Amino acid sequence: LTVHAQIQSITKLFSGSQVRFQAPPNSLVSFFDASLPGTLPVLNRRCVEAAVMTGLALDCVINRKSLFDRKHYFYADLPAGYQITQQRRPIAVDGTLTYSHLGGTRRNTLITKSVRIKQIQLEQDSGKSLHDDRRGQTLIDLNRAGVGLMELVMEPDMSCGEEAAAAVRELQLILQALGTCQGHMDEGQLRVDANVSVHRPGDPWGVRTEVKNINSGRNLARAIDYEIQRQVGVLKNGGTVQNETRSFDRKSGHTLPMRDKEGLQDYRFMPEPNLPPLIVYDRPSTAPPCVHPSQVVVLEEVRAGLPELPRARRTRLVESYDILPEHSFTLVNEDGLTDYFEAVVKETKAGPRKVIGWVNQVLLGLLHHHSLSVSQSPVTPQMLAQLLNLQENGQISSSVAKQVFQELWRAPGKTAQQIIQEQDLGIVSNTTEIHRICQKVVDSHPDQVQAIRGGNKKVLNKLMGLVQKETKGRADPVLVRSILEEKTS
Amino acid sequence: MSVVNYARTLQKVILNIGPRCYHRWVTTASVALRIRDSKQNFRCRLWCGLLTPVHYQYSTEGNTSKAKQVPADLVDKLERLALVDFPNQEGLVCLKKAIRFADQLHVVDTEGVDPMDSVLENRALYLREDVVAEGDCADRLLQLSKDTVEEYFVAPPGNIPLPGREEC
Repeated sequence: LTVHAQIQSITKLFSGSQVRFQAPPNSLVSFFDASLPGTLPVLNRRCVEAAVMTGLALDCVINRKSLFDRKHYFYADLPAGYQITQQRRPIAVDGTLTYSHLGGTRRNTLITKSVRIKQIQLEQDSGKSLHDDRRGQTLIDLNRAGVGLMELVMEPDMSCGEEAAAAVRELQLILQALGTCQGHMDEGQLRVDANVSVHRPGDPWGVRTEVKNINSGRNLARAIDYEIQRQVGVLKNGGTVQNETRSFDRKSGHTLPMRDKEGLQDYRFMPEPNLPPLIVYDRPSTAPPCVHPSQVVVLEEVRAGLPELPRARRTRLVESYDILPEHSFTLVNEDGLTDYFEAVVKETKAGPRKVIGWVNQVLLGLLHHHSLSVSQSPVTPQMLAQLLNLQENGQISSSVAKQVFQELWRAPGKTAQQIIQEQDLGIVSNTTEIHRICQKVVDSHPDQVQAIRGGNKKVLNKLMGLVQKETKGRADPVLVRSILEEKTS
Repeated sequence: MSVVNYARTLQKVILNIGPRCYHRWVTTASVALRIRDSKQNFRCRLWCGLLTPVHYQYSTEGNTSKAKQVPADLVDKLERLALVDFPNQEGLVCLKKAIRFADQLHVVDTEGVDPMDSVLENRALYLREDVVAEGDCADRLLQLSKDTVEEYFVAPPGNIPLPGREEC
């Protein structure tokens, strides 16, 4: 995978113009970005720090001395005719990205894998071109030209679309935690190109194709899986896979060859003559004494300033709340879910394991069903905490709690207490009443009772269902089960 | 053929020859690039003549053992990559001379010497603070372009394919 992550900085990589997502066309462009003659690049310190932070978070070796190069190609949105990048000695090399995904037969086992990071380099972004096919012209907006990018090149250690999507998701979480990139693929802040090849076990690597135009994690998985199938099909039919660039069409789920690329490009790499090497220092003492502190990037300081990474967060959740790694994976994977969970646990006396079930299954299920994010949930952590407290106090049964949750979702203005009172959902604790209902059910279903006495215990569940229907789910299931077992023995 | 383009090609050819050679010749080519105004007025042969005597102390063309022929495909590729035009036989002769001239670099012994990119390598790279200082000059930039549509620059669609050798 080749990932281009737009560095979250105020200004661009080599010029002092602002970085903003939407702005009037060509309003965030300086003379350097427009490649007017006589302009020179001036490196942004924040971009260097961002690249170093990302390199440290991915366990990379930071090159103390890295060099800038020019990569030449002609395209209208690259006004200079070249892009300043780091091809010979990038700022960070040889890292590892450890990621997990839920696999196994029921998709609830956490499988952890890792992919090697070949290098991380700083480079410039190009402008945006809008193709006007009707009038046979292209409109160029240079607002994005010159914005700092981190190009992360991963080794081909992944074997399917799901692994690639999980790796990219983990990378997104890391970059968001560091604050170096916001990682929204749909806004173009994180661009992923996949290089796919197939080969039989034991054979050398096959010819690879590059797949571009992927705008979400799900589409990444779809594109890669389609491309794998396509290449296998081509080879099975006796053909050969061409080394080409293909574009992913998300409507059909297919990859199509791109028209504009002619064969292998020769980028004529050349050292950037206007920029001396970029030096990063280990400790403040190793920096040259006469240089101002704002002019040096010190690894020790950057390392000390690293925030809590997702990996560490998951371990912390497992240790402090005694939940399974799979649970903490889901918590960290969904934006805002960890904070929601921690807020509920703080306010309720129910144990974290119980809360996890509610948060990961009930709440998350409803959010996904309605395509909402955690911040848009109609049920707040406080409301859920109240509900769980009522259940813990024994005022409602667990099945009623689920009903009340659905009600809270639908009509969030009411509190749990109000709903329980209105619909008379309080727990039926009158044992004589329950006995009476159980007896009625047992009497009206003699065949089932016979089956239970004969050894088929599963029919008991059916009788329980009938009792619950009678009591509108208000009876304590444990009590009902024990009474029924007693009566049918 | 313009002087600038010739100098660029020379630069490219030299840089492609090997990373372990000194790039002193690049400085000459860079000087040529800066004389943009006079690009139309010089003929290619004149520049060939001007450059060769400057480095006269090195061995002349006879010494190099590998006198390569420049295949037509390579010329085509160079033309496309650098958007350079070798319109006639004169241009090709110039190119061949330039390549043979650059081959003299192999004579220099660079054993144990680190390559240099520029003479400014031991200067400190200036790091700018992350504050907005430029931009917001769309009107001035758009004035420079012949064609604009609603604050966008106008360009032809995609890349114009260069005509092939046969079509010229």
